[in-house]
Amino acid sequence: MTTVTARAKDQGSPGVTSAIRTEGLRKTYKSSRGDVEAVRGIDLDIPQGEFFGLLGPNGAGKSTTIGMLNTLVAPTGGRAWVAGYDVTKDTVAVKRRIGVVTQNNTLDMQLTVAENLEFRSRFFGLPTGVAARRAAQLIDAFGLTDRKNAMADQLSGGQARRLMIARALVHQPDVLFLDEPTAGLDPQTRVNLWDILEVLHAQGQTILLTTHYMEEAEALCDRIAVVDHGKILAEGTLDALLADSGAQTVVTVRYEEQVPDGLAERAGLAERPGVTKVEADGDQLRVFAADPEGVLGDLVSIGAANGLHVRDATQAKPSLETAFLALTGREYRE
Amino acid sequence: MAITANKRPGKPADIGSASGDDAPVAASVAALITDAPVPHPTLWKTFAAMMAREFRVLGRNAPSTFIRAVLQPLLFAFVFAYVMPKIGSGFSVAPSAAGGGAINFATILVPGLMGSMFLMQGMFGTTMPLIMEFSWQRTIEDRALAPVPIGVLAIQKITAGAIQAFIGAAIVFPVVYWVHAPGQGPHVHVNNWFLLAVVMVFSATLTASLGLWLGTVVDPRKIQMIFAVILLPITMLGCVYYPWSALHAIRWLQIITLINPMVYMTEGLRAALTPGLGHMALWAILLALVGGTLVFGTMAVRTFRNRVIN
Repeated sequence: MTTVTARAKDQGSPGVTSAIRTEGLRKTYKSSRGDVEAVRGIDLDIPQGEFFGLLGPNGAGKSTTIGMLNTLVAPTGGRAWVAGYDVTKDTVAVKRRIGVVTQNNTLDMQLTVAENLEFRSRFFGLPTGVAARRAAQLIDAFGLTDRKNAMADQLSGGQARRLMIARALVHQPDVLFLDEPTAGLDPQTRVNLWDILEVLHAQGQTILLTTHYMEEAEALCDRIAVVDHGKILAEGTLDALLADSGAQTVVTVRYEEQVPDGLAERAGLAERPGVTKVEADGDQLRVFAADPEGVLGDLVSIGAANGLHVRDATQAKPSLETAFLALTGREYRE
Repeated sequence: MAITANKRPGKPADIGSASGDDAPVAASVAALITDAPVPHPTLWKTFAAMMAREFRVLGRNAPSTFIRAVLQPLLFAFVFAYVMPKIGSGFSVAPSAAGGGAINFATILVPGLMGSMFLMQGMFGTTMPLIMEFSWQRTIEDRALAPVPIGVLAIQKITAGAIQAFIGAAIVFPVVYWVHAPGQGPHVHVNNWFLLAVVMVFSATLTASLGLWLGTVVDPRKIQMIFAVILLPITMLGCVYYPWSALHAIRWLQIITLINPMVYMTEGLRAALTPGLGHMALWAILLALVGGTLVFGTMAVRTFRNRVIN
């Protein structure tokens, strides 16, 4: 891996060289109150041109992982390469080839929209005139023409996010990193951004996106890694994730009372055709079923026969949410 | 929330059709990839672009920058070179060498005031922006992702701060030249322009290095402490209002103030501007200014890197 050529993108063999590769990547933050293991051994292999999603709840270690790939967080274990360059040894080579949209607004508030793009272009070595043209091109493409002379701190949330993506693209990066790009945006703006990302992806842009929105990962990503507590729980295409997690409709009934021990087994639901798994979880009974027909009614009557009163019931179709539930045994917390 | 599986749209993007009129157009977004200039960054190009960015910001804030830079020397000169002589609190120091005649306070004040300006402007130019950049949005990440080592970014910040410090100190000349009571103008004469340049350049880089170092090691929430606990004592005991040699009457203070970097700035300026007044040995001044720049500069680069890289 260490001998991977730098500009494999030019060799016209997408998929051969990894855009991003990690081996047992770890980050432990030391503090006086004890160590915090933010990332606990992550292995990734993302080919060029792929739209890859790191999906997980807040605090799962996604931003720390992106930070390590961006050279701004020093790994405490494992290795990582971006565009073939080691993120700890060749930081400048890595920074030259990545575009980063951080979760926090890192726009230069003392500059205008156009200046943000012009100076970033010049940081990456474009001559002044070329930088100005590149900025104009980006402003036009991202629909910021009306705001080009506004100071960066006068932008709305959606405009700021668009400008940050535009700024990450000035130098034609090999890999575009997006850390929670639509967090805090209204639905219209979010869909608008999704459209932009799809066009970029269609042009062959490699994208690594983190999100805690399941529907975002479902809508955009070629492959998804489900991350929690600093580890990858499952990885693959959406279809593969759903299939691997025994993807089923999940029927959950919550009772007023705690579910007695052993009821899940005694009830005989697991023997029903189409049912793969039955779980008791506190006051809930949860059934994973390929064919959920009649399961809900059974859960209600089993409860009634055991003195349990139904509080509420849900039936969720197979989705990343049900996959997460199957992987972790826990509800997805956004 | 529950979006069913396989919603993955294979649709061609029809951006803009349903969205607002400022929505991006698919073709122009695609062109960003297909029609992009090829960047060839080098360390110097990036450094120069970062400096250009500093000057753009300074230029935009020119009125407030100018007021900040000019008000302090203006008030000092007004009080010490105009008000005090007018109300009869004249202050003079006997010349140590064959200078001839009493030396007015404006003459003593010029080097001291410049030293004070170096410190104020150098620290304002580095510490204050740093506090903003390391605050919760961490806008420092923007510049940290530029294709240069983090150390270069630190050196760029020292350079930008030093330039502000240099300009701030140079403003003292016209102010004290014009603002004084009749006959109370400073007697400043530069025999050695090279010495003046060396002292000014290293005073500027020393204060900017000091500012960057403090800005990276002090908790932003306690930044006011810097001004009370560091800036004020350094200024008050930095031989602004008297030459270091005059402290021989208070020997212990004369020795303690040797740890104050500002003493070497003001004494260096005295050596260059008012050599007749007496000053500390030149080798000690230059050693402290150059050595201090290297020591604080190295420390600042290291602490800056530690703050940027988690």
